[in-house]
Amino acid sequence: MATDTLTSTPPRAARPPVRKGAASRPPGQRALVASPTTWFVWFAVAVFFVLLLGILTSVVVDSLGKSWFGSWLPEVFTFSWYAAAWERFGMAHVIGVTLLVAVSVIVVSVLVGVPAAYMLARRSFPFKRTISLLFLLPVLMPPITYGIPLATVMYNMGLGRTLLAVILVNLVPSVPFVIMTMTPFIEQINPSIENAARMSGATMRTVFTRILAPLLVPGILAAAVLVLVRTVGMFELTFLVSGPQSDTLVVAIYRAMTAAGGGESRPLISSMAVVYTVTMMIILVIALRFISPTQLVARVKESRED
Amino acid sequence: MSTPRAARSTASLRHRLAERGIDLSLLMLVPAVVLTTALFIYPFSYGIGLTFQPNPGIQEQWGGGVLANYRAFFGDAFLFDSIWITMRLALPAALFNVLASIPVAFKLRHRFRGKKLLTTLLVLPITLGTVLTAQGLQIFAGRQGWLNNVLVGGGLVDEPLKLVNNYWGVMFSLIISGFPFAFLLISSYLSGIDPSIDAAARTMGAGWFERFRRITLPLLAPGLATTFILTFVLAFSVFPSARLVGDAMGETRVMALMAYRAFGEQNDYPMASTVAIIMGVVELLVVAVVLLWRSFLYKGSTGGKG
Repeated sequence: MATDTLTSTPPRAARPPVRKGAASRPPGQRALVASPTTWFVWFAVAVFFVLLLGILTSVVVDSLGKSWFGSWLPEVFTFSWYAAAWERFGMAHVIGVTLLVAVSVIVVSVLVGVPAAYMLARRSFPFKRTISLLFLLPVLMPPITYGIPLATVMYNMGLGRTLLAVILVNLVPSVPFVIMTMTPFIEQINPSIENAARMSGATMRTVFTRILAPLLVPGILAAAVLVLVRTVGMFELTFLVSGPQSDTLVVAIYRAMTAAGGGESRPLISSMAVVYTVTMMIILVIALRFISPTQLVARVKESRED
Repeated sequence: MSTPRAARSTASLRHRLAERGIDLSLLMLVPAVVLTTALFIYPFSYGIGLTFQPNPGIQEQWGGGVLANYRAFFGDAFLFDSIWITMRLALPAALFNVLASIPVAFKLRHRFRGKKLLTTLLVLPITLGTVLTAQGLQIFAGRQGWLNNVLVGGGLVDEPLKLVNNYWGVMFSLIISGFPFAFLLISSYLSGIDPSIDAAARTMGAGWFERFRRITLPLLAPGLATTFILTFVLAFSVFPSARLVGDAMGETRVMALMAYRAFGEQNDYPMASTVAIIMGVVELLVVAVVLLWRSFLYKGSTGGKG
C-alpha cells in the first residue's frame, strides 16, 4: 500500500488503488469487496450476535414453554408462567418498589448533583481538586468495597431492609455520576448568557430557573435516563441492604434463582427475567432517542483528562 | 483569611473572600459534599476501623490481636486464593474486551448504511444485566442447550462441552456485559481523533499498519487505558454471575463472593469489611499501575496533538 501511494504522482490519488476496479471509483467511495481483516471483524461481530441472540431467545422460549428437556423447542407453549410469576413473587409490588427507588434516586441526585456540577464547571475555589476527587472515588471503586461497610452502618442504625436504605445506597454512585456527566455539559454552555442575565439584574436564583434550567434540560434528561438504567440494573448495592419488602426487580430475580433448595423452577425465573429485560430495553431505546451515547462519553472523557 | 480584621484593605471581608472564590454560591456544593461524605467517606473509614475490631471467634482462631482479621485473610488459603481467582477472571476479561473493541470500533468508524442500527445492537447488551445473562447462559450453553445441540449435531465435538458453572461461564458473562461498554467508550475516543492527521500520514505514504502503530495507537492509548480501568472495575466486582454461572465455592470463588459470604451468611461484619477493603486496595493497585503506564504514554505521544 505504501509503495502504491508513493508511485501515484497526483496528490488527489492518495487513496491507493489496491483492488481491482478501484481505479474507476471516484475518490471517497469504498470498494464492495472487503479485505480479509474486515471479513474477520464482521465474522467475530456475527458470532457475538449469534451468542447474544441465542441467550435472549432461549430465555424467551423457556419462559413461554412447558416441558422443555433436551429437544429443540418445548412441547407446549403457554403464557401461564408469566401469570404464575406475577402471583408468586408479587411482581406488582416489586416493580412498584423498583420504580419508586429509581425515581427517588433520579430526583435527589439531579437536585444535589446539578448545582455541584455547576460550581465545578464555572468557579474556581479552594480545595477544588480535592472535592473533584471526592466525587470521582465512588465511581472508581467497585460497589461492593464501599457497599459492605455502608450496609454495616445501615444495619447498625436500624435502617437495614428498608426502602430508605435502598434509596440511600443507590445515591452513592448516582450523585457522582450526575456530577461527572453534567460538569462538561455545563462547561459548553456559553457563560456570557449568564453574565448578560446578571448584568440585567437577575439574581442567582433567577439565573438558575430562567436561564440555566431550560438550557440544561437535554443534559439533565440524559443524565436522568442513565441514572435510571444504572439504578434499575444495580445489583450489588441494593442486594446488600434490601429485604423482602424492599427488593428491586434484579434482586428479586437473583433471590429466586438462589433460593434454598435449588431455586424456583426455571421458566418462572425466565419469565421474570424477560419482564426485566423488556423494561430495560424500553428505557434504553427512549434514552437513545434523547442522547447520542458517544457524544456524552466523549464529553466525560474530556473532563477526566484534567 | 486568618487576618480578616487587618485594616490595610478597604474592601470588605466578603469582597476579599469572594476574590478567592469563596462566596455564598459555594453553598450549592454543600448537599453533594455532605451526601458523599456521609454515605461514602464515613462508612469507608468506619469499615477500615472495623477491620481492626475482629470478632472473638476470629481472634481466638488466628491470634494477632487487632490484626486478627488480616491474619485470617492472608493465612486462610480459602480466602487468600480469592485474590488470584478474581485476577484470573478480571484481567483477561478486561483485556479481551478492550482489544476486541479496537478493530470493531475501527470498522464501524466509517459511514455506512445501518451503522446506527448496528451500534445500537452492539450497545444493547448493557441492559441485559448479569442476572438475565446468567439465566440465558444456563439455558443456551448448558448441557442440553441449543449451543451444545448444534455443536454435537454438527459433529464438531463428541460430547456436550461444559460451558457453564465453571470459569468459562463467568468469562462469557463478563464479555457479554463488558464488551458493549468497552466498545462504546473506545469508539467515542476514536471519533475524537482528528482524521486529518491520519490523512496527512497517508499522503506521505504510510501504510495502514504504520499509520495505526505510529499515529492512531499513540493517540488512542490514553483512552484505551481509561477503558481498561473502567472495564476492569466492572469485571473485578463480578458477583452475581460468579454465583449463578460459576463454581461459587471453587474455580470462581471471587473476592466479592467471599466478602458477601462473611457479611450475609456468617454475619461477621468486621471480616466482611476486611475482605472488602483488601479488595479495594488490590483494585486500586491495578488502576494505579495502569495510570502510571498511561502517564508515560500520554507525555510521550500526544505532545503534537494540539
